[in-house]
This record gives sequence, structure tokens and C-alpha cells, in this order.
Amino acid sequence: MERSAITAQLTEIMIDVFDLDELEYRDDLSAADIEEWDSLSNIRFMVAVEKEFGFRLSNSEIESLKNVGEMVDLIERKLA
Amino acid sequence: MADLLALPWLLPAPPDFRARVRALRSAHGAGEAVRTADLVALAGHGLDLSQLGSLGKIVDSRRQSLCAEGRLRPVLLGIAATHTLDLVAEALPATGLRHGVLVDTVQTDYGQLAQAVLDPSSALAAARPDFVLLALDAAALGLARPQFEAAAAEAAVQSALDYVASLRDGVRANIGAGVILHTLATPAEALFGSYDARVPGSVRWLIARFNQRLCAEVVQDSDLLLDMAAMAEMVGLARWHDPLRWHDAKMPCALDAVPLYADHVCRLLAAARGLSRKCLVLDLDNTLWGGIIGDDGVEGIKLGQGSARGEAHLAVQSFALDLRRRGIILAVCSKNEEAAALIPFREHDEMVLKEDHISVFIANWTDKATNLKAIAQALNIGTDALVFLDDNPAERERVRQELPEVAVPEVGDEPSDYVRLLSLAGYFEAVAFNDEDRKRADMYQANAQRASALQKVGNLDEYLASLEMECTIAPFDDLGRARIAQLVNKSNQFNLTTRRYTEADIAAIQADPKKFTMQVRLVDRFGDNGMISVVIFDRGDEVWHCDTWLMSCRVLGRRVEEAVLAHVAAAAKAAGASRLTGEYIPTPKNVLVEKHFEKLGFACTGERSGGGTLWELDLAAYTSPDLPMQIEAKTGAGALADSPTPQALVD
Repeated sequence: MERSAITAQLTEIMIDVFDLDELEYRDDLSAADIEEWDSLSNIRFMVAVEKEFGFRLSNSEIESLKNVGEMVDLIERKLA
Repeated sequence: MADLLALPWLLPAPPDFRARVRALRSAHGAGEAVRTADLVALAGHGLDLSQLGSLGKIVDSRRQSLCAEGRLRPVLLGIAATHTLDLVAEALPATGLRHGVLVDTVQTDYGQLAQAVLDPSSALAAARPDFVLLALDAAALGLARPQFEAAAAEAAVQSALDYVASLRDGVRANIGAGVILHTLATPAEALFGSYDARVPGSVRWLIARFNQRLCAEVVQDSDLLLDMAAMAEMVGLARWHDPLRWHDAKMPCALDAVPLYADHVCRLLAAARGLSRKCLVLDLDNTLWGGIIGDDGVEGIKLGQGSARGEAHLAVQSFALDLRRRGIILAVCSKNEEAAALIPFREHDEMVLKEDHISVFIANWTDKATNLKAIAQALNIGTDALVFLDDNPAERERVRQELPEVAVPEVGDEPSDYVRLLSLAGYFEAVAFNDEDRKRADMYQANAQRASALQKVGNLDEYLASLEMECTIAPFDDLGRARIAQLVNKSNQFNLTTRRYTEADIAAIQADPKKFTMQVRLVDRFGDNGMISVVIFDRGDEVWHCDTWLMSCRVLGRRVEEAVLAHVAAAAKAAGASRLTGEYIPTPKNVLVEKHFEKLGFACTGERSGGGTLWELDLAAYTSPDLPMQIEAKTGAGALADSPTPQALVD
């Protein structure tokens, strides 16, 4: 799967999960940039990613992520 | 059948969900009205957690105006949990729209459950919630690890039950709210395997024991029970429990299950507010039997043992009959010639449903929305009390468009799924089951006969006389309390003030010497209507003021309200009062009684501040009318002094 396709899908998920009107994707986006991104919506985010891409994220994988770019890396690896 | 956790009895979320939410949000931003109906229409879909959250935020931001619009019943739910229910709380406002309740929540701080419940000055108590959900998991109750000594196992269960009961008592005493208790979900994991079931003190054994004793010994009539164990088993335990989410966030169930969890909580709140559905309206062809009676004939339709199709339709009939036995009214709405539609009921040996079970039977070629309105009217209930089961997606869609308040389960074309979908949708959620419920379907049956008697008699006075009515008026007593509370909480149309009281409130009113109370029953030659009216007056020296006056619409036009007035007027006169006063507080549903006091001869004394009208009756000028019924006035212990003696007002 192309990286651009993954980021596009991820952007859609984030718009839904964080209830945003729009979102400009950047690799360095993190919880600090999005007001609605708290510990609870983070869980919803992880579960939405799992559902969309069809794999399960482990606790250690979730905890290691620093920003959305790393999430895309992880998805690329998992889908490879 | 689609995935259970997606609530498959609802239509799936529309593809333009996000755009519709945005439109609602910008309408709000631009100061335009967001109408309840628009929100309810969106909430009627099987939404996921994020979608429920988005919609819920709009509800939160418009709470006051939605409340003022008056179409939803506001409920403040306190959540006192030993685990994380934030996501459930987030899902509740949008989910509530589906069930007619405007839910707001107040949560206790993490780890502060007992303090919040036992301290009358806690933030939870200060918020004055209507209900408190006491959500304690097995770990918090000391039931998550095995106890292999039999005595220790019993003791662990006993102490968990004692703790839950003390918290429940604390909520009642310190917060004055209703309490929702829940059973515990069995863990997916075993220790011994199947042998767990035989080891006293295995976790499965502990939880089974706790659940059984909770229901039998702890939960009382005035409590609500959320059967989490049944919900988890229905979903599947391995799917319900998500160990990762438990370990990283103390979530009691998988995230996917949260919309279902929230739906079950809202059903319960709606049921407690008297908003559960009352009547199941059934299509005939391909719903109650396979095939088309008009084309296939009574020998050609598929029904009964011997074919999967025939058995599936039989199961639908059996389930409908079981619903009727617990008090749900059945009606038929079919596009058919009436003569043809009746043939299977009369001639097919395997029909479980008989003509007698159907309170209103409509088979014609008129559109179904019109017929559903006629059914509701014949039964004197709102169209929002109807559930409409039809295999035909076009008919379902038409009814949803015309009458969005009618519940229309999305049943697909496999009749084997119908019973499950109808049941899982939870339209008929109950919070009590009593003799009135057992007899209700028969009472409505009798009502349909009464309507036809009216057509034959033609003259109202003759008709009323022909009913041979016996009206019994008594003060509140312990025996009637549950039904009194039920009527007080669910009567919307014939209700002058729409004041809601809990069972505890009713008990206090019963004991208060400054209150004059009436519970009214009516029997006629078609059957016992049960308790049909509840009235509360505040007795003063000069003036008796009407606090509550409500009546079941079943007995509308029977002049029962005149009998009630005669009774209270006689009592007030005997006690030396000179006037009765009353007020009409308008709601979207009670326009029926706008002129109630006027019809009874009261004079309007002005506008009521906050809306409505004020009324007064001069007792010196009042004489009781002759009424076409036998009236028996009973006196209770507290009312002996000044209740009128039994009087027959029949001429």
C-alpha cells in the first residue's frame, strides 16, 4: 500500500475520531496539536486504526509512537 | 444478519453522516434552531463510538433548547464506577435520542466511588442526579480471584452483596436518586476448564452466585437492573472482554461493545420514564406466514412444522404471543382484502396467533402510515408507542419517512432472524411486571369491543349506561403504590401538571396529612380496567389545591373525571374548605386537558407564571352531577375523618 494512500486513510480516521472539520496531514502531528486528542480519544483512535487496516496493535507498539508519521511507518511495516 | 455490535436492527450509518453532523453544527453556530427531530433521525442509525461522540457534542451544546422544546425527557445519570466508563458516558447523549431521553451524565472521580455515594455533600449528591449507575467490577468486589474454601467463597459473595447493598442504600439516603445495579460478566477464561462450574469458589462460580443472589436478595422493586452478564453472553465473552483495554485503560468491555452498552443503559432509563413501546404492529404476508394469502391461498402459504420457512414464521408468531402475554398489545396492518387476510386466522391449523389476540386488525389497501395512525388512535396510545414489523423494505421506508417516531426494525429478508432482531432491539424493555401487565392485552381487547359497541348504540348516554361501570375511589395505599408511581411517571396526555414522583415520594405523600389522595379504578361489563386515575390535592383550611390530576386515556369520555371531582369536592366541603383550585401546565403532549378545569365548571383566574392557566371552583355553588356509573368511595386509615360516605350517584 502506498504511503500516500495510508496517510489519506489515516487523515479520514482522525477527522472522524477527533471530530474535526478538517485536518492537514503532517508526519509530525501529535496529541499536542489536536485539542480533542486525549487519553480516551487516543484509545478510540487506536481501535479505529486496527479496524480500518485489519490488524491488532500491541500495548508496546501503541506506547512507542511519538507522532502520526511513526504510526504510518508502523502501518507500512504491518502491511508489508 | 449483520454484526450484533453494529446494532443491526437499525439502519447503518448514512454515508453522508459527517456532512450531516457538520450541517447541524454550523446551523447551531449560525444561531439557527437545531430541531430535536433532525438529531433523532441521525441517532436512529447504528452509529459507532466516534459518530455517537460527534452527535453527542451537538446534544450537549443544545441541551437547554432541546429541553425547552419538550420532546425528550431529560435524565441526569450519575455514574459511580470502579473502572473507566468515560466512553460509555460520551456515547449516552446521542444514544438517548433513540429512546426519547435527553441524557446528561455526572461522574465520580476515579477511585472516589464510596465517598461520592456515602457523603451527602459530595459533588455527585450536589448534582442531584435522577439515577445513579453503580458500576462495580469483579475485581473491586473481591470476586476476581478464586476462593477454594467453601466458607470463604460464600463469605466473599456475601461481603460483595453487602457492599453493593450499602452503596445502594447510600445513594437513596444521601442523593435521593434511583439506583441502577448490574450483574457481573463472567470472565472468558477458566481455571480448571469445565470443572470450574463444579468448584465452589472458582471465579465463574463466585460470579454466578453473586449474580443470582444480587437479583434475588439485593435488587428491590424501586431499583433498576442492568443485566451485564446477559449482555456479555449475548455478545460472546471472549469478544466482550478485551484484556488489552482492561490493562491499559480499565475499560470494562471492548470498545466495539460500547454502543450496545450505552443502548442498554438508555433503554433502561427510557423504560423507567415510561417510554418503552406498548404495541407491536404486524404485517401478514411473508411476516406472519410465508407467501401471499391472496395469491397462494390457505393451503399454499408456508407456516408451521415441516419446513424451515414455515417454522421461522411460526417462531415469529410464538414470540408475538409471548409478548402479548407480558402485556404488549398486538395489532395487524396488512395490504390485503380483509376477508382473505382473516382466512389463515380462522382456517389454518398451525396458526399460533388467533383473531382474539389481535386488538386492532386492519387489512386494506390504504397506505400503512395512515393505518398505523388509525391503530394508535383506536388504542388511545401515541404512534411513538408502536413497533412495526414488516418484511417489505419499501413499506418500512415509507413508514420511517411518514412517521419517524414509529420504531421500524430493519429485519432483512430472512424470517429466521426476525425474532432475534425484534428481541435484541429492546423496544419493550420493562422495569416491572405485575398483574396489570398480565391483563393489559385483554383490557385493550375489551376496548376494541367497546368501540364497536359505541358504533352500535350511537347515543353516548345510552352507551355509557350500557357499560355498567363501577368506579372505586380510594386514598393511596401500600398495595397501589407501584401502579400509582407507574401512572405518575408515564401519563403524558391526560395529565394536568405532569409532575413525576418516585415510589418513595408517593409513600411520603400517602403519609402526609396535608395531602388528599385518590386512586381510581374502573370496572365495566367488558372487564377490569384496573387503576385508571391518580389525583393529589394539597388540603388547606380555605382552599384545596390540585397538585396532580392524571387519567389513563383508555377511559376518556366516560365521565370518570366528574366522579373524581364530586369525590374531592365532597371531602373538601366536609373539611370546611370553600374553594378548589387547579393549574394547567402545558407540555407538547397534554393539550388534551387544556380545557379540563373549564369543562368541570372551574373559572379561569389568570395565567400561570411560567406558562399555563390557573383555575378555581367555588364549592358553595357546586352540585355533583348524576353519573352513569356506580361509585364506591373507600376510606383509608388516614382519611377516615373527612372522606364522604359511599354514595351511589347512579340514577
